Amino acid sequence: MTSIAKPIATHPRLKTNSLGLTIRDYEGGMSTLCAGCGHDSVTAAIVQAAWELALPPHRAAKMSGIGCSSKTTAYFMKQSHGFNSVHGRMPSVASGAAAANRGLNVIGISGDGDSLSIGLGQLTHAIRRNTNMLYVIENNGVYGLTKGQFSASADIGSKLKKGETNEQPPIDPVLLALSVGATFVGRSFSGDKQQLVPILKAAISHRGLALVDVISPCVTFNNHEGSTKSYQYTRDHDVAAVEADYIPVCDPIEITGLGAQSSNGHADSLRVVQLHDGGTVRLRSTSPDYDPTDRASAHQHISACQRRGEIATGLLFVDSGSRSLHDVLRTSSTPLVDLRHEDLCPGSAALDSLMKRFR
Amino acid sequence: MDPTDVSDPRYYHKVVDCQWACPAHTNVPAYIRLIAQGRYSESYLLNRASNVFPGVLGRTCDRPCEPACRRGRIDEKPVAICRLKRVAADLRDDIEPFLPKAPEQKNGKRIALIGAGPASLTVANDLLPLGYTVTIFEKNREPGGLMRINIPSFRLPAQVLDDECGYIINMGAEMRYGAAVTSLAAVLDEGFDAVFVGSGAPKGKDLDIPGRHDDPAHVHIGIDWLANVHFEHIKKIEPRVIIIGVGNTAMDCCRSAKRLGATDVKVVARRGRQHFKASPWELEDAEEEQVEIIENHAPKRMVVENGTLVGMEFDVLDWTEDASGKQTSRVLRTETIPCDAVILAIGQDNAFPWIERDLGLEFNKWDMPVVDSETHQSTNPKVFFGGDAAWGPKNIIWAVAHGHAAAISIDLFCQGEDVTKRPPQGMNLLSVKNGLHSWAYDNGFDASGRQVMRHEDLTKRFRDMKVEVELGFSAEQVATEVSRCLNCDIQTQFNAPKCIECDACIDVCPTACLTITKAQSSEAELRKHLTVPATNADQDIYHSSPLPQTERLMVKDEDVCLHCGLCAERCPTAAWEMQLFDLLQPKAGATCHEEVPATV
Repeated sequence: MTSIAKPIATHPRLKTNSLGLTIRDYEGGMSTLCAGCGHDSVTAAIVQAAWELALPPHRAAKMSGIGCSSKTTAYFMKQSHGFNSVHGRMPSVASGAAAANRGLNVIGISGDGDSLSIGLGQLTHAIRRNTNMLYVIENNGVYGLTKGQFSASADIGSKLKKGETNEQPPIDPVLLALSVGATFVGRSFSGDKQQLVPILKAAISHRGLALVDVISPCVTFNNHEGSTKSYQYTRDHDVAAVEADYIPVCDPIEITGLGAQSSNGHADSLRVVQLHDGGTVRLRSTSPDYDPTDRASAHQHISACQRRGEIATGLLFVDSGSRSLHDVLRTSSTPLVDLRHEDLCPGSAALDSLMKRFR
Repeated sequence: MDPTDVSDPRYYHKVVDCQWACPAHTNVPAYIRLIAQGRYSESYLLNRASNVFPGVLGRTCDRPCEPACRRGRIDEKPVAICRLKRVAADLRDDIEPFLPKAPEQKNGKRIALIGAGPASLTVANDLLPLGYTVTIFEKNREPGGLMRINIPSFRLPAQVLDDECGYIINMGAEMRYGAAVTSLAAVLDEGFDAVFVGSGAPKGKDLDIPGRHDDPAHVHIGIDWLANVHFEHIKKIEPRVIIIGVGNTAMDCCRSAKRLGATDVKVVARRGRQHFKASPWELEDAEEEQVEIIENHAPKRMVVENGTLVGMEFDVLDWTEDASGKQTSRVLRTETIPCDAVILAIGQDNAFPWIERDLGLEFNKWDMPVVDSETHQSTNPKVFFGGDAAWGPKNIIWAVAHGHAAAISIDLFCQGEDVTKRPPQGMNLLSVKNGLHSWAYDNGFDASGRQVMRHEDLTKRFRDMKVEVELGFSAEQVATEVSRCLNCDIQTQFNAPKCIECDACIDVCPTACLTITKAQSSEAELRKHLTVPATNADQDIYHSSPLPQTERLMVKDEDVCLHCGLCAERCPTAAWEMQLFDLLQPKAGATCHEEVPATV
């Protein structure tokens, strides 16, 4: 909560994007989350990514379920469409929206409770369908809205505020997604926008479901010593496994963040992946035997990191040959919502002739 | 990089742009808040503590605060600070019980003040409560100096001036009216412990062009003419009048002329409008009264036929500027403007024919006394200067600032102390947190535009010199204008060890003031690496000590901070706090004491 809405005054030298909008135009309502909540930083990163991509606000739909994370769709892109659905059921509603209108940029925001407990089946099937959407999991390891019980992503040994230790193994959304065929998997940290924003930009531009797991500390219930999802712990154990840079199709391709030489001296690990929208993702893994375009390699590397107690972050896997739900179903290039009723529903005569084929 | 030192009062003082720009460092945001709360008398007293003449200055100040106002960088128009000051003065109750009083027991030191203008009166205001015996020499029969005789009463009613001079004089100053000082030696011979010269810059500049002296009855020196109008020695003027010069005196002359019967008044300037010395609002007010302003005309001669002034001849100039910014002019043609009278308002000079040159008081090559810019002491240690008398014409608020500084020096000098050892500025910082999401100030942003001053009808204002043109703000205008103030004195204070680098403050800041970034080799370099690069070099940036988790720095560009407090509201660890900054100005007789504590 805040005592006032954000003043409408802006910095007089704020830049505009190609739509003539400033970053402030991508904001939403005032957050009612706790002060210092990681989710608010994820919100700010989405605002920045959408502004940098010059996403037309009226072409975006924000989808969410239930939980602290699911409130955040109200805090960005106030001019966009949105649907706040039932607990864990966001992927179904998002799939419906994406199926009906392939021209929409669907942005789904969920949390570790919403996606890894009640909505786990929904999540895996949305990944399997490869619904064209950005799927952000704001992952803090606890149920914040119900005062901080462990969630399904809590690590073994992580402690609650009052000292209780978690002994059940966590579900890692990244490894899970890789194993059910996700075509774009990233992990980042709410406190590191330099890493998060390019991943989100690439994820929004990806054709298919782009899962981004964001460690987003719960400042009220899970930011203490002994927690494995606190700001301090995440910073101490975060290992940037892949550095990523997204270059939209309209920008001249030049090496910006990623030079020819990586920080650990491997000269040949730069990979350029072309996305369907014409933009490119430039990836550099920080380990020579890790290829982020190879599913098995990614799975192996991330598991190894996990065993060492490290949190592998970055754009961890991308499949440039991704076929989204629309590609698989060979739906019309015109969004279904824009088709005339008679084209969408050919009538009983057409149905009868179809039925005849099965007799 | 060393972290920004915010323990130096100058850092936060500079953030309060208006207070920093005001020569007397008036605590503007605090007095505006008091007006907002309807506490007009307290607002008046807070004003008076630094600027001494709130009623006068609320009408006539040159307003250095307003171009500095942060609001002007947010939505182009600054807060109407000056006219809000007038609100406090107009609506105050009787404040005399709260004024400082001179003690019965004097301290035995006698001070002579020459001239009863704003500088001398400020010195008297500061020294009388300390027990000094103060004698003021004034050539006229009333106090006020240029405030009285050079500012027409349609801008400054006599009652306002009488009240504010009275507050000081009634503390027990000995007034010697009608006593033009003709010899400084004679004053010193009276055995005063110190003398303060606050006699202004009383000599209007003349214009030496052909024909100047051919019809002297119709060519006037601006400030002398205004004085004669004040004393009603002059009650009318011919229909067609040309004013030469385009400073604020010229504005007073042209508008006075309109009230004394002139129907065709032209103000003629050598240069283009962007070089005019008059304040923009005074130019606007003159133009509203149908005064014509003519640019790029250089006076050539006065045309006198049969002993009567009939016009003035001008060279019409074309100005060009070279790459280095040097202006050169070229004469396009000559033009004659018919007129019946000319008023010369092209500046003022100091004149010290009454100061003997054998008193140990040095004069420089411009025949101005050598005066120390900080202590106001001349080379005769007993003699101090201030106001226009010290370094030439400035304005009232500067005279007040000089008066305060000179009073400190005179006090130190009379107590046998070193006048160069100035008492330091101090500050208080006080948390304004009332509770969760509750502040002791109104942190909302009001997007309203600057309120426009209401003026007396054009049909009514020319009936009498004494009809005040500006009517003051209405109650609704006051309510709106006070809420435009951004409360820049409610400072954002950062405590680096508490920061967990969650970015909440950066995300919520409406004007992109905050950045967490790596240290750079220099502050200039750091300015380039901010959320929005800090290109306004006049405004400081704050950078913290290294943050606990990543050793990056918290950086704040002060330029367009709205002081809305959202950074502090969204901070989970209270690393950001909102604190009321109160500048403690040194005053004569005490190293640092407040007369009226600032409140929110």
